[in-house]
Amino acid sequence: MPVKTYRDALRSAMAEEMERDESVVLLGEDIGIYGGTHLVTNGLIDQFGSRRVIDTPIAENGFTGAAIGMAMAGLKPIVEMMTWNFSFQAVDQIIQNAAKLHYFSGGQVHVPLVIRGPNGGGVQLSAQHTHSLEGFYGHFPGLKVVSPATPEDVKGMMLAAIRDPDPVIFLEAGALYGTKGEVPDGDYTVEFGKARIAREGNDVSLVSYGRQVNLLLRVADKLAEDNIEAEVIDLRSIRPFDAETLVSSVRKTHRAVVVQEQWRWFSVASEVAAILQEQAFDDLDAPVERVSGAEVPAPYARNLEIAAFPSEQQIIDAVRRVLYR
Amino acid sequence: MATVIMPKMGDAMEEGTLLKWLKNPGDEIAVGDPIAEIETDKVTLELESDEAGFLTNTLVEEGAVVPIGTPVATIGTESEVGQGAPADAEAPAAEEPAQEEAPSPAAAAPEKEEPAPVAATAPAAESASVAPQVANRQPGERLRASPLVKRLAAEHGIDLSVVAGSGPGGRIIKNDINDFITGAKPIPQAVAQEAPATPAVNGQQPAAAPSGATPKGNLVELSRIRRTTGARMSESKRDIPHYYVTSEVDLTAGLEFRKQINAALESEGVKVSVNDLIVKAAGLALREHPAVNSSYVNDQLYEHDNIDINIAISLQGGLIAPFVPGADGKSLGSIARITKDLGERARNGGLTPDEYQGGTFTISNLGMFDVDEFIAVINPPQAAILAVGSARQTPVVRDGEIVIGNMMKLTVSADHRVLDGAAVAGFLQSVRKYLENPMLLAVS
Repeated sequence: MPVKTYRDALRSAMAEEMERDESVVLLGEDIGIYGGTHLVTNGLIDQFGSRRVIDTPIAENGFTGAAIGMAMAGLKPIVEMMTWNFSFQAVDQIIQNAAKLHYFSGGQVHVPLVIRGPNGGGVQLSAQHTHSLEGFYGHFPGLKVVSPATPEDVKGMMLAAIRDPDPVIFLEAGALYGTKGEVPDGDYTVEFGKARIAREGNDVSLVSYGRQVNLLLRVADKLAEDNIEAEVIDLRSIRPFDAETLVSSVRKTHRAVVVQEQWRWFSVASEVAAILQEQAFDDLDAPVERVSGAEVPAPYARNLEIAAFPSEQQIIDAVRRVLYR
Repeated sequence: MATVIMPKMGDAMEEGTLLKWLKNPGDEIAVGDPIAEIETDKVTLELESDEAGFLTNTLVEEGAVVPIGTPVATIGTESEVGQGAPADAEAPAAEEPAQEEAPSPAAAAPEKEEPAPVAATAPAAESASVAPQVANRQPGERLRASPLVKRLAAEHGIDLSVVAGSGPGGRIIKNDINDFITGAKPIPQAVAQEAPATPAVNGQQPAAAPSGATPKGNLVELSRIRRTTGARMSESKRDIPHYYVTSEVDLTAGLEFRKQINAALESEGVKVSVNDLIVKAAGLALREHPAVNSSYVNDQLYEHDNIDINIAISLQGGLIAPFVPGADGKSLGSIARITKDLGERARNGGLTPDEYQGGTFTISNLGMFDVDEFIAVINPPQAAILAVGSARQTPVVRDGEIVIGNMMKLTVSADHRVLDGAAVAGFLQSVRKYLENPMLLAVS
């Protein structure tokens, strides 16, 4: 299987679908001539022209609203947020219109829109450019929220997102654009609402999504040196949510540690913990642990930024607490 | 209105069954009148009223199992018949102040604690909310266990109240019960003489049955006494390394001796049985071998000063073993009176828990059933039990001649953790000495 970067896998998903489906169009700031701030759309304007790869003004609310209209009218727009932080400008369109039009129209109107871009931190962009918004967008009915962690998944999930009839919040791991992995050629999709067991183990379930999955795999390697076999679950999609895989893993391991870069309060980890106590209560041997980002605006300084995000040691400590050893 | 509660009839009693109402609402009650039949884990008793008046209400159904202290009935005036249970404010007033306001008279007035099976006027509001079944936990100490542990304990019949928790705040975690589930260690039982908690019993059924199959036959509801016996005997055989020593005793002289003393005692209406001889002989032998008269509790050995000999009595629903207190020091006549009384009351359910909880050594006698010999299961926490077979006429060699002897086999089952074979053999030698020289039973 060919090895590609996360960035190239993402680009090939969009390019392949644009070849197949003329209704797929791209909108965003600097995605065309400049090739995209993160080079995700690099070269696409040459391939598909400026009618399908549209450079927009710096006006997220405007171009997101325009994309919603295009989607209602039958196109399949993919909107790039240069970073998800800028989606705060567009949040009224996303929540008030994109998420609700299908409901408002009694099911007559679909909004087949994908909004994509880098989410989370880890690359020293400081407080205003470092947010993890999965919990935020996951809150609203009418939105699908996904967070692929691997090059293979990012392609398959982008193809699933483009073909989805409803708006999809596509949260890329900005820090992972350069990571490499095997990516199948051609057309395949990764179904939303199906978590992935990234590593099997019997002693504790480590749960996350996005770039924290890689952190968990490193932690699992370290734990294995102490004969603790961790199962790593990559949720892949936040909404819809695969409770089944999660619960059956915890039925096996009896312990869970949920890890996220975002803040702890009202977060994905909180939801995971709640689901586990609802559906796996009698299988828990310890309270579900949450390892989250520090409750501060994201620091700029490298050392502080590292300190503000979940570390291997924090996770190992949490694992030892749930294992009582 | 006064409240009648489920009384505590022994230290280990946690709950009782209201078997049958002997009075109905509206019946006039005098002090001492039996108003209901109740069953503790071993015996059936009559619940007597210490109030006069009218039975105004029965608060529990026949057959209900309720924790001690639970109000079961109310007694009041005729006009109160059929009215509801006393409101929170009403009942407790009469006797309660003694507790709080005047500690010294309360402490110095033990009359209230007479063992008679009477109902006290209840601090009603409190009794009604008595928490059911916190077996063997220190008062106020909550049992903490992970949800997983609670489920597994129910499935495997593990009584968590006797499992130590290694998690935070004493939480019992899976690791604490792993060995019991895998069978690496025996499932611990409550030290007190308790039937296992109901969930455990239920939980064990599916485990015991072969996968999915329900055994054919009529389902027989186990009595409490049968369940208690079963649990204690399982515990004994599982935990105690039993070994057995058998000796044969010639009872010829003993039988002759018994005939003589029964003739002498006839006018008093007392009849000494062979078993009474053995009780006395065992009592005297235990005096000489105190190690056999001991108990092993929580890895500690206690040698008893008193020699209280339990006699296993077979009842319809199971076994009970009330004891003859101070058996070594009692005359044969007095032992005979006591054993006769205990036997009668055991059969009609009239024993009180204090009469069968305790004892230091047990005798199980199947001699009347024409058995050669048998081995008995130790009655924990005691260190040994004596099993008695039938006395049979057998040719024996005495002084170089073959004569007819009345031979009886005695088998001691002993706990090898605390008793070695030589000690038990010595004990049996002593028993034999007393039984074959029965005058010693009369003069010692």
